[in-house]
Amino acid sequence: MRDVAVVGTGMTKFGELWGQSIRDIFVEAAQQAITDSGVDHVDSLYVGSMSPGLFVNQEHLGAVIADYLGVNPIPATRVESACASGGAAFRQAFLEVASGASDIVLAGGVEKMTDGADVTDALATAADQEYEVYHGITFPGLYAMIAKAHMHQFGTTREQLAAVAVKNHRNGAKNPNAQFRSEVTLAQVMGSTMVADPLRLLDCSPVSDGAAAVVVASLDVARKLNKSFVKVIASAQASDTIALHGRESITTFKAVVEAVKKAYKIANLRPADINLVEVHDCFTIAEIVVSEDLGFFEKGKGGEAVAQGLTAIEGGRIPINTSGGLKAKGHPVGATGIAQIIELYEQLTSHAGPRQVKNVRRGMAQNMGGSGASCVVHILEAQ
Amino acid sequence: MITARYHREIPQRYRLEAGKCSTCQHIAFPPRPVCPKCKGRSFDTVRLSDEGKIVTFTIVRVASEKFSKQTPYAVGIVELQEGIRITTQIVDAELNKIEVGQRVKLVFRRIQEDGRAGILCYGYKAIIA
Repeated sequence: MRDVAVVGTGMTKFGELWGQSIRDIFVEAAQQAITDSGVDHVDSLYVGSMSPGLFVNQEHLGAVIADYLGVNPIPATRVESACASGGAAFRQAFLEVASGASDIVLAGGVEKMTDGADVTDALATAADQEYEVYHGITFPGLYAMIAKAHMHQFGTTREQLAAVAVKNHRNGAKNPNAQFRSEVTLAQVMGSTMVADPLRLLDCSPVSDGAAAVVVASLDVARKLNKSFVKVIASAQASDTIALHGRESITTFKAVVEAVKKAYKIANLRPADINLVEVHDCFTIAEIVVSEDLGFFEKGKGGEAVAQGLTAIEGGRIPINTSGGLKAKGHPVGATGIAQIIELYEQLTSHAGPRQVKNVRRGMAQNMGGSGASCVVHILEAQ
Repeated sequence: MITARYHREIPQRYRLEAGKCSTCQHIAFPPRPVCPKCKGRSFDTVRLSDEGKIVTFTIVRVASEKFSKQTPYAVGIVELQEGIRITTQIVDAELNKIEVGQRVKLVFRRIQEDGRAGILCYGYKAIIA
């Protein structure tokens, strides 16, 4: 496989974009990415989207997007892995360039969630419809059960869960594309409306519209563009049982453990070699569990770590979710995995402004679907 | 819910029927064509025990439209005697008195209604033993 780089990025603001359709927002992000990269064409495109069929009654999204972006007749394919759709689309673009089949590929992600669909119902299709959702469980409910088990097993506290939201809002306040640019206090998180015990409203990522896109190219193409780029040094993916109850452990995401193990092996790195991470904090407990499963903290110590500030931009040992994460930046499901790559690109090319982490060389993005049944991990390196 | 889809699940929802691998004896619920432990493809039908304990749970306060009339309600993961885990509502209990580790018994109940003209959907729920 040959070396692959990210050479350009583009994204819309995340939030309620009522004036724009799903095709409008994707084209906005994709055009920005193409212009930013300086390429004169793309060979193919992948768009990650969890469920345009349920959210806006539009399937066949690859064709819609290629048409409205004006890039027919290139191959255009939608990639779906629930909330990991964006990461999976990026991985397909990476593989296509790494294999030599294409030189320049657009990888994007999009979701339009505020157009009126029953969002709770639509998101629940990422869980086991017959044996979980049938009984009335929701996504906040699934992660609440993980939280309850983690608290019971390791003594993780309600305050530690809230500390994730406080940190991510603090970071998101510095991100111009974030849905929520306001800080929240521990007391506000702990006093917010209960959604599924023990998770409250401010433990949950929001419902969002948004699109993100990156241009992926061979290292040879990247060098000729005469602009900053970052190298993709590992791409890995893993799967686990669709139902949370089917797993040996409820407090570990095995797909995360397996995917990151592969990624470390491919890049020949250890957790200590990574300088910052974007993780899939769809709920506060997810960030805590994932920070352990990626090897940054001992199992059961993730809550303590965030409460002690070990994952903060300022003074942190391993800054997590400098973008604001899904919690504050917003979570237009299919766009999330691509937006994580964009945050790493900005950090690794020193363009993250007030969110900039000093002396960063390598960043990791961890994107997962459902209650952890799919996980995609990428490691990027500054050039 | 499509009636055929509901009909197909009746053996599991009404009678807790699982598949026991004829090669390694692993029990899979719901039954599946390939054993996740040994990749065996031959299974015997067994009926699961209706007794177990709560592994974890939550109180759902915001639900999809279909369940919104039932909120707040408890849903948990219950481990049955065979070691099989299932997701189920925990009912007839005071919500603030449910605890991890409590023993429960599965009972046959109505789970949801498929709109005014649709079918009634039944299955298992857990009560505190």
